[in-house]
Amino acid sequence: MSEHQTTQEMVSTAYKVIGTRPARPDGVDKVTGRALFGADIQLPGLLHGKVLRSPHAHARIRRIDVSRAARLPGVKAIITAADLPDVENKIQEVGEGAIGLKYLSANLLARDKVLYHGHPVAAVAATSIHIAEEALALIEVEYEVLPPVLDVRAAMAADAPILLDDLRTDELGRKGTKPTNVAEHIRFQMGDPAAGFAAADVIVEREFTTSTVHQGYIEPQTATALWNRDDTITIWTSTQGAHSARDQVAEVLQWPATRIKVVPMEVGGGFGGKGNIYLEPLAALLSRKAGHKPVKLVMTRAEVLMATGPTSGSFIRVKMGATKDGRLTAAEVWMAYEAGAFPGSPVGAGMNVILAPYRIENVLIDGYDVVVNKPRTSAYRAPGGTNAAYAAEVVIDELCEKLGMDPLEFRLRNGVREGDRRASGPTYPRIGYLETVRAIQQSEHYRTPLEGPNRGRGIASGYWGNWGGRSSVAASVNADGQVNLVVGSVDLSGTRTTLAMQLAETLGIPVEHVKPVVADTDAVGYNDVTGGSRTTFGTGVAVCEVGRKLKEEMIGRVAELWEVDPVEVTYADGVFAAGERRMTFQEAAGRLNEDRPVMVSATTHAQEVGPGFATHCVDVEVDPETGKVTILRYTAAQDVGRAVHPDLVEGQIQGGVTQGIGWALNEEYFYDQEGRLLNATLLDYRMPVAPDLPMIDTILVEVPNPGHPYGVRGVGEVPIVPPAGALANAIYHAVGVRLTHLPMSPARILEALWAKA
Amino acid sequence: MATVWIPPLLRDLTGGIQQVTVPGETVRDLIAALDARYPGLAGRLIEEGTLRRGLVLTIDGVTSRQGLRARVGPESEVHFVPAIGGG
Repeated sequence: MSEHQTTQEMVSTAYKVIGTRPARPDGVDKVTGRALFGADIQLPGLLHGKVLRSPHAHARIRRIDVSRAARLPGVKAIITAADLPDVENKIQEVGEGAIGLKYLSANLLARDKVLYHGHPVAAVAATSIHIAEEALALIEVEYEVLPPVLDVRAAMAADAPILLDDLRTDELGRKGTKPTNVAEHIRFQMGDPAAGFAAADVIVEREFTTSTVHQGYIEPQTATALWNRDDTITIWTSTQGAHSARDQVAEVLQWPATRIKVVPMEVGGGFGGKGNIYLEPLAALLSRKAGHKPVKLVMTRAEVLMATGPTSGSFIRVKMGATKDGRLTAAEVWMAYEAGAFPGSPVGAGMNVILAPYRIENVLIDGYDVVVNKPRTSAYRAPGGTNAAYAAEVVIDELCEKLGMDPLEFRLRNGVREGDRRASGPTYPRIGYLETVRAIQQSEHYRTPLEGPNRGRGIASGYWGNWGGRSSVAASVNADGQVNLVVGSVDLSGTRTTLAMQLAETLGIPVEHVKPVVADTDAVGYNDVTGGSRTTFGTGVAVCEVGRKLKEEMIGRVAELWEVDPVEVTYADGVFAAGERRMTFQEAAGRLNEDRPVMVSATTHAQEVGPGFATHCVDVEVDPETGKVTILRYTAAQDVGRAVHPDLVEGQIQGGVTQGIGWALNEEYFYDQEGRLLNATLLDYRMPVAPDLPMIDTILVEVPNPGHPYGVRGVGEVPIVPPAGALANAIYHAVGVRLTHLPMSPARILEALWAKA
Repeated sequence: MATVWIPPLLRDLTGGIQQVTVPGETVRDLIAALDARYPGLAGRLIEEGTLRRGLVLTIDGVTSRQGLRARVGPESEVHFVPAIGGG
């Protein structure tokens, strides 16, 4: 029996709501412009803030004089790092990661040094945005300019300029003794790589570099804060995690978290970049200093690009060996990721991704987290995964070429399945990688020959581990049978809908009878950030649990009404029954609420996460005169566990592929030699637009995750992982050049073609 | 007895050994047994009385948030792997 048949057997068709495509409850507000985003907040007496940013990539701050700015009529408050409390240098778990509080604080407002072009130095609140901007020009800052270091390998050199005087390399608890830019060294190792390479008939080794890229969310960062006279703080912000934002603000302001309320507004794109705080503490401090007036800060596009979380540029060396019959025997990887100005690149995640689809017994992966004079990086959709998979998938393609093997057959021969060991050590649970390879193999796209000059087809696979995280939810049943579902997971991608669908399925009621609400931090228990592809899975587990509790509660109370033992009451398809008695969910809701309201809550920390795999196939045509790549056709097959709402899953895949294409072909930060960002606009930072893309076809492979009641896996991050590798391989098969730098822009393709000629 | 996979950067303390089988009912017990055999290992895994931040504990393939008090079975496989963030 093939894996595919096994998969089909696991798929239940008994669901009434799961797998359907209902309209989003927030849809009308979104398409009519009524949805409220952070910048929409208007409050009586609102002041407007602006941030003064460093013109230098690396400099010591000698003096800041705000006196002239403070005298400008209309200016109500000015803050510098001196207004931030000193925080001890401890690691704080916030959201899905850990942050060094001292570094978090220093990123908000520079203390003794500025570490990147755009690093905040001071902030102003004034009665108008124009006065605030004018005031910035009156703040005098004296800098001692220092040499910057912008490249990850240059930053690792012994004579490199040092960014952080106190930084020492950490190697799992062993600290280095010398100042360095290398924050951390991580290693994965299994088996005996030397013996594995000795057993190989073919070995491919290549070096890759990738440029810094940005998440590219359309809505800029924004925060409005009111520091009230009772010393409670309310913050309206665009965030992926209200509780995480609250806790980060609490730490850097040294203020009790429970005296801070964060109201999450609608989010106009996050992709990992809105898990960090930038403006929130500044708005709060300005509010207090301005006499407890509300203060709003909204970044410009240039500020977003120059000072909020891009993801790492990187250097990756990959060596892989295989036998003549196409069995991988060994792999060695050396990868260094830029962290930006403060430690915390996603190199560990990249290490997890880079060899994830393959069974290899002998593996050595070394990863380095390196600070450079660029903005502090933050998560970006499968952080670190795209650059990692790009490097590995190009090497896999070259192995296939040398072995004369079909790339999909090679992957079927070497692909991981349940029980195989990951490079980090643990084994995989039930996964659907091979099913994605077969899905592409059987697709109309792959079975259709690609013809024509300068055209090529590329294959690549990808992985993301996904996450569960902590969630709190509550549900109350109204007298008319409608159910209010209160969640704290910010909705980035339609999770109101997917969570409501899971509750409707569990309760056996129409999804239109569930009203999902995203609450603020005072109104719902703790929720981790919406990130790591966790919400439909992790908060979904909590929602299923709340649905189970609600049924149990209502069965017990219906039994009270009927004066029977609860074990005599059954509930199915929205109807309670005991003997000849029947009562619909709606009728029960009315009767039970006459007595007392019906409400339950649930919390979870979901651990049985289902990793996600994908395999992509792309056809391109390369113009040898201009180097331009035209994407002719793109198909993405992904193990989605269970597609709760297939439209939304397909949208996630198409969105992820689009971002991967941008990363692969065009997007990059350009810095001058002094470290100044040269392309801080969307005209010059070239993201894909609709005419750049064909229809991206999706194949939803459903291998249910046994760790979720409905088999859900996270789906949002995997699709950005394979595109760069797939496109690199397609370009090679089109024009015969292996591109080893991202982006593979027209200029780089031309240079490679000229070098080949 | 549970099998602990020694993180690669700690294998200098175990003479290169990748897996060690040690007695214990909790992760704390396992680390204590490891440290008795390979002195210094506990100091690399434990920080201020808890599992070092940035490490994720997995027991039999499932991550655990219970740290040192997490219980293990006689056939358990225990890993300490770097924490991974998402987007």
